Amino acid sequence: MNQTTHPRSPKRRRMLQAAAGSAALSTIGFPAIVRGQASTLNVGVLLPVSGVQAFIGQSCKYGADVAPAVLAEMGYGSNIRLIHADTETNVDVARSRAEKLINDGAQVLVGPFDSGAAAAIAQVAEQKGVPFVINIAAAPQITEQGYKFTFRNFPTSPELVRNGLALMRDLFQATSTAPRTAVFMHVNDTFGQANRKAIDAILPRLDFLPFKVVDTISYDPATKDLSVEVAKAKSANPDFLMVVSRLNDAILLRREMVKQRWNPMGVISPGSPGMYEAQFYNALGKLSEYCISNVPWYDPKAALTRRIEAQMAKQFPKEKLMFHALNVGYTFEAILVAADAFKRAKTADPKALAEAIRQTDIKERMMLGGPIKFNAKGQVEGNQSAAIQNLNLRPTVVLPASAAESKPVFPVPEYKRA
Amino acid sequence: MPLPLDLVANVVVAGLLAGLVYGLAALGLSVIFGVVRVVNFAHGEMMTAAMYLAIVLVGLTGLDPLVAAVPVGAILFVFGYALQRGLINPFVTRPEHTQFMLLVAIAIILVNVQLMVFGPNARNVQVDYALDSFEIGPLIVDKVRVYAAAAAVLAAASLFAFFRRTLVGKSIRACADNYLGAQVVGLNVKRLYALTFGIGAACVGAAGCMLLLLVDVTPVQGPAYTLLAFIIVIVGGMGSLTGALAAGVIIGMSEALAGLLIAPSAKSMVTFAILILVLLFRPQGLLGRAG
Repeated sequence: MNQTTHPRSPKRRRMLQAAAGSAALSTIGFPAIVRGQASTLNVGVLLPVSGVQAFIGQSCKYGADVAPAVLAEMGYGSNIRLIHADTETNVDVARSRAEKLINDGAQVLVGPFDSGAAAAIAQVAEQKGVPFVINIAAAPQITEQGYKFTFRNFPTSPELVRNGLALMRDLFQATSTAPRTAVFMHVNDTFGQANRKAIDAILPRLDFLPFKVVDTISYDPATKDLSVEVAKAKSANPDFLMVVSRLNDAILLRREMVKQRWNPMGVISPGSPGMYEAQFYNALGKLSEYCISNVPWYDPKAALTRRIEAQMAKQFPKEKLMFHALNVGYTFEAILVAADAFKRAKTADPKALAEAIRQTDIKERMMLGGPIKFNAKGQVEGNQSAAIQNLNLRPTVVLPASAAESKPVFPVPEYKRA
Repeated sequence: MPLPLDLVANVVVAGLLAGLVYGLAALGLSVIFGVVRVVNFAHGEMMTAAMYLAIVLVGLTGLDPLVAAVPVGAILFVFGYALQRGLINPFVTRPEHTQFMLLVAIAIILVNVQLMVFGPNARNVQVDYALDSFEIGPLIVDKVRVYAAAAAVLAAASLFAFFRRTLVGKSIRACADNYLGAQVVGLNVKRLYALTFGIGAACVGAAGCMLLLLVDVTPVQGPAYTLLAFIIVIVGGMGSLTGALAAGVIIGMSEALAGLLIAPSAKSMVTFAILILVLLFRPQGLLGRAG
């Protein structure tokens, strides 16, 4: 008998029913499948690779550049795509670049090493509903606005200052010194002002520090000449100089101190960039010696540090991680937070990513401190500081004693010409 | 509490020395406007170009930047001459807004060429005496400031001597005083204009080499130097060479004293305040001619 299929035959009916059922199922389930199948996470990386903070921005960028390979090694896959944008050390440019990155498809933003720029980008992130993971920016108000999409894995200025001042106490105890006076010089940008506010609030309440601040001098971070400021600081005849600086001004400051033959007991930063950066050593040579920065630092023994160091050696053989560790470490960790959230959320939807970031609990870190875990304000607590002194032209941990590579030198010998 | 006298003295001297270099930089702008009646809105960008040229020359030959001021000045002279002759001359009699647009366009081109060639990072030159200072009683004065200021005075004196004692200099002054009269007596005004632009550019070039001893250079600094030069020229008097030098010193010292007596971040505020006062009460400038 001929087995021609009749239009109304049971076999044909079952086939049509199956096809209709599949179509219905796929229509209902399609959006969920598409969302879940996000194959790539687009991470917008905002850093100041030009302008006044170019050197530090470029240093941070190493952390971003090594991230894809290291994350792949760590099991986060190879589907993290970085889209770089230059903030030009300008707040307005940072804002517009953040908007452009989001329009270009970035599902999460990372950066921008500057409190002013971070505040501007946080507003954009909040408006657009895109998570923003801050690598380095200390102004406390950024995570006090009630933003739902801004997250920070870096200490705030009060935390930096508290840790920094405690390390000063440890320094004076370790060296059996008791300086009585200090001049405080600081950049007058958002970060510098936040630090000053923190020092003004915290220092008078501390009874374990022997010194008082006899003068406070602020200056423009983009200044080309600090001769007046240093002359003013020198005339106050302080025992030591406390400084909150950026990089270029830190270099100018040291040069000016040498030109004006000013030799205080030491130069100590309670928590700011500049004096441990590669360019500081390159520009000043031996004049960079003995400066102390009390800053969040990396754990040289951590497994992640070794991974990042190895990848840096492959990609940037001329650079040494120790001269970029803070910048590289925090920038990498910011991208790690994004990658970790992507892995858990299984989607690149910005709102789902933000929710996943809130649940972050990363124990494998490069930087000293507890796990990366955000509190209700989007802030990680427990990042630790170390006293980093420039010894033999390299940043050397001198405190806390448990992690020290060398004993601190304070007061410092007279400056020698490079 | 009164400030220590040695502090005030040190700051005043530092301001005076810096002001002499600013004055030389502004001289170039004043020379060009005084004769050619064109405002060089690319002034600051030409200065940064000179600073980069100096860095290259110092790197290649090991010359001191102050010595490099001579060849850099010569190169800028040729550039300025060619620019005037080739591009700016047709605009001398055109409306001022077209001159403005032309020179701003030149400025933008210069900045971007510098960005492409040298990148955005700050550069400088290191000299052996960069961190040395003279100690004279309570005064401690940077050697680089002293040398840069001395070179600026020498360059300015040479310029004054050129305009007062040479035939070409007198011819240029004649063009500035009476354009028609200069043509009537047979002076080649177009050539003299080009020479003047070249001389102004050479001043900028020399000033750039001296400034390099004091500050780092980035391509985007040009507009700030243009603005500073404008302020100095307006305060001193457009077209007045002595005025430009004097105003440079005034601005240099006022910046330094403002930083000391008010706050370091008030330096620019005082500079602009001086500008406003001059515009209100003596709009032709301190040593400029009225009308």
